[in-house]
Amino acid sequence: MPKVKVDGVEVEVPQGATVLQACELAGKEIPRFCYHERLTIAGNCRMCLVEVKPGPPKPQASCALPVAENQEIITNSLTVKKAREGVMEFLLINHPLDCPICDQGGECDLQDQAMAYGRGHNRFEENKRAVTDKYMGPVVKTIMTRCIHCTRCVRFAEEVAGVEEIGAINRGENMEITSYLEGAVTSELSGNVVDLCPVGALVSKPYSFEARPWELRKIPAIDVMDAVGSNIRIDARQREVMRALPRINEDVNEEWISDKTRHGVDGLLRRRLDRPWIRREGKLQPASWQEAFELIAERMRGARGDEVAAIAGDLQDLESIYAMQALLRSYGSALHECRQDGAKFGVSSPAAYRFNSTIAGIETAPAILLVGTNPRWEAPLVNTRIRKAVKAGARVFHIGREIDLTYPVTHLGTDLSLLGNLPAEVSDAFQGKENSAIVVGMGALVHEGAYEAARAAAATLGANFNLLHIAASRVGALDLGFVTEGGVDAIRAQAGALRALFLLGADETDLSAFADTFTVYVGTHGDAGVKVADVILPAAAYTEKQGTYVNLEGRVQLSEKAVDAPGEAREDWTILRALSDILGRTLPFDTLSQLRAAIAAEKRHLTVTGLTQFAPLAAPEGPAPSVSGEIVYPIDDFYLTNPIARSSPTLQRCSAEILHGQSFAEAAE
Amino acid sequence: MLADKDRIFTNVYGYQDWGLKGAQARGDWDNTNALMAIGQDAIIDEIKNSGLRGRGGAGFPTGMKWSFMPKEPKPGKPNFLVINADESEPGSCKDREIIRHDPHKLIEGALIAGFAMRARAGYIYIRGEFIREAETLFAAVQQAYDAGLLGKNAAGSGYDFDLFVHRGAGAYICGEETAMLNSLEGKKGFPRLKPPFPAGAGLYGCPTTVNNVESIAVVPTILRRGAAWFKSFGREKNEGTKLFQISGHVNKPCVVEEAMSIPFRELIDRHAGGIRGGWDNLLAVIPGGSSVPLVPAAQIMDAPMDFDGLRDLGSGLGTAAVIVMDKSTDIVKAISRISYFYKHESCGQCTPCREGTGWMWRVMERLREGNADISEIDLLWDVTKQVEGHTICALGDAAAWPIQGLIRHFRPEIERRIIEKQGGQQLEAAE
Repeated sequence: MPKVKVDGVEVEVPQGATVLQACELAGKEIPRFCYHERLTIAGNCRMCLVEVKPGPPKPQASCALPVAENQEIITNSLTVKKAREGVMEFLLINHPLDCPICDQGGECDLQDQAMAYGRGHNRFEENKRAVTDKYMGPVVKTIMTRCIHCTRCVRFAEEVAGVEEIGAINRGENMEITSYLEGAVTSELSGNVVDLCPVGALVSKPYSFEARPWELRKIPAIDVMDAVGSNIRIDARQREVMRALPRINEDVNEEWISDKTRHGVDGLLRRRLDRPWIRREGKLQPASWQEAFELIAERMRGARGDEVAAIAGDLQDLESIYAMQALLRSYGSALHECRQDGAKFGVSSPAAYRFNSTIAGIETAPAILLVGTNPRWEAPLVNTRIRKAVKAGARVFHIGREIDLTYPVTHLGTDLSLLGNLPAEVSDAFQGKENSAIVVGMGALVHEGAYEAARAAAATLGANFNLLHIAASRVGALDLGFVTEGGVDAIRAQAGALRALFLLGADETDLSAFADTFTVYVGTHGDAGVKVADVILPAAAYTEKQGTYVNLEGRVQLSEKAVDAPGEAREDWTILRALSDILGRTLPFDTLSQLRAAIAAEKRHLTVTGLTQFAPLAAPEGPAPSVSGEIVYPIDDFYLTNPIARSSPTLQRCSAEILHGQSFAEAAE
Repeated sequence: MLADKDRIFTNVYGYQDWGLKGAQARGDWDNTNALMAIGQDAIIDEIKNSGLRGRGGAGFPTGMKWSFMPKEPKPGKPNFLVINADESEPGSCKDREIIRHDPHKLIEGALIAGFAMRARAGYIYIRGEFIREAETLFAAVQQAYDAGLLGKNAAGSGYDFDLFVHRGAGAYICGEETAMLNSLEGKKGFPRLKPPFPAGAGLYGCPTTVNNVESIAVVPTILRRGAAWFKSFGREKNEGTKLFQISGHVNKPCVVEEAMSIPFRELIDRHAGGIRGGWDNLLAVIPGGSSVPLVPAAQIMDAPMDFDGLRDLGSGLGTAAVIVMDKSTDIVKAISRISYFYKHESCGQCTPCREGTGWMWRVMERLREGNADISEIDLLWDVTKQVEGHTICALGDAAAWPIQGLIRHFRPEIERRIIEKQGGQQLEAAE
């Protein structure tokens, strides 16, 4: 631990720290543009210059300079002040004075630092440089004249997203940042460059000219677009969600989010169910809550336990699933299922279906076997972690159709039979390695016996066993035991005998078997579920309610309510609570805290935020079943995986343009 | 004056054969393995004792530079020698003469230097525009390989050493040592941040020394004739002989090898046929290539041409590319043109140079026409100070210094133009 002096104050800093980090430890603010904790050091903006003794007589870039024992760092001298003013002036001479029409205004590093470290007047009399805007895809808008060439976007694309599609062309003052052949950046993380850009050169295309940061209410929330549970901040103005931004959580999403998370929010305003509907003579007709409830009560009167069932969708919060379960339980029914994709796996203990390596922990895995999963689409932020592991030297093997995961992968084949017959290459790579991991996707688990075979393979390889879930509601529902023997197929088999089927936002499963069943759809969007529904009860989306979500590693996280649900839509658990009254089976909670207390009484760990550890998985007994079959990935269009995403014009365009190669004409500005 | 017998580069004018036979007739490759037999540390000591300072411009002691290389390279991390033949500094033309007329001096030097610093291989990075020179160099290296002077058991020394020639693509910045390493690796020619220095992590992350062509090419002769011989020329700490490249307003521009510390007047009179129009017609001299500040006539005339002597004048020896300007020169235009060169060649990586070089050039252009305010001279001075010392590499400094030299010595000339343009009369002091 070297000791250094920062402006006369002695601080002890970790070995290998940079001068900039030492200054931060000493509580000194060092202005910077190109430096970013999660990217490699570029040292090109020169804003972080400080004086260092002993050292050369000129100021040094603190971001790139390692500290040395007994170094004296000076951040408040005249030399440093002049150096900062000089660099600031250089950055501003060719930066347009268009702050009033710039979307970055109010949250712009250049604006803030010009206030704090700039000279306050202009000495530049020449013409400013103008740069033609570049095309970077459907979510990133560019105004390249504002670019200060910090290369954060270039480094992000190359190092984190793993697509070498952003770079700089030309040199000197003609240097320009552009995408490869000015095409769309084909990364599901491309929106993060907007956050990284310290100026208004890269801004969000859907959000452009929409709002100013000081008009927005900022609400911490949890993302539901995949099972990672990315921590997000919802920025809302009045009743409208304007945008979603990442919050930092080192254990989950670091500070990135996927484009689906970021831009799915405009789907919250479209195709919404904002009033109850009842199907009369084959046609859906508007109804009041009272009519809808009374119809359900009439159809359910005297129903036995095996005549009532429920399927939970992918976006549900824990509370609504618990309320559904409680309602079914009052009928004595356990015909409830959350695995609407038909995946089959053990639910005996949380460790049996969790991502046991943990998201942050997979970074340290020396060998990883991916079975039937495309993490790049199923959990982009788990994929970036695996990419980090690969950079640190991990070997990755893959069973499934060949795909570009942004890192080198050894493809073993596409058939599940490989699980029982792994090549020597794999066992050699796993031999004696701690923390190695096997990651099994839903694409494999829909095959009978795949789960047991994967468990056996994990035991043979000595690897941590992980399931890669793709639904935000899944692990929470599994923890609650919202499953039934035989899965959704068992419910389908009962379809003829059911008096009522509740679809709790369930849209991603084949519902044709329930065409003649009395079906109640509780959900947010007019999607697949409403097509078979006899009664539609409009519910609140994830930004419109307080909720608990359990991510794929079992981490319990709370999401806050940002805006009110549209029209007559209500929060899901309140709908079920109100319905239970009319059904004459009143649920024992009137408030969210009572509901949470009820959950706590049954499953204590689901009301404790964070990760609760359970006993590790015991080795499977008996011989592994032989399994075979082609793997088909569960996601065939990354951008359109749920009702909200399918309603989002931005994601529709992403899908059309990035995945299906359509081109769109840009309106001239 | 340097006697013919003391010249290192005996074929600098190309009157003789550049090939292996010609070179051997001039004494190159004579018993090279005996020179190497004294051992690696002895060679480094000998170079240290000779007082040889790097000929690429910065004047860092060559022997000391070599001694920074690891004595025992780690497995998988071999040492490398990189030879900087990306001679692009306006005014410089010495490496070109060495490569096209005496390439075997360079190749033999590369072997000995590579051996001394325990390098597995050497890379010669040659400027892209040097097409004929590169052809000669490729052929000369092939001759050396064919004669067993390179490769396995090079020159019978028992040491394995490979030498590769790599052609640049015409970017001035690739002459900066770390930009050169990036370029060799196939990356964009952006200078790297230092530390780490190349001796710690250079080419492909391995310990690397980057030397100028001339620094390497003089090594065999120093070893043959002894450090004391080399040290006998020039002043203390500025010893040796040096190729001077005299261009501009002299009667006979030339490249000539001379002893260090030769007075400017003697250098010009003996080798360049004097100043055009006589010594009274001398206006200013840029003594070390475009990146050093100019020196006005009165100060340079009797100055010793060496690192320290010119540093004392606020300039530098640089590559000893002496650009002579007589009184017919539009000095503001000349410096403005140099500013344009640096604006054109700035790589764009770091802010002060990317933005500053363009700004400085534009102000220079207006000063050239007098289309400015007198206060803008101070502004320009301030801008050069804002660039200098704040950049990743020395290109920012190189762009700032010529302008600083101009303002320091020719401010009245700049002011005169501004006043004339404004239609004003310059006030004459009453006599």
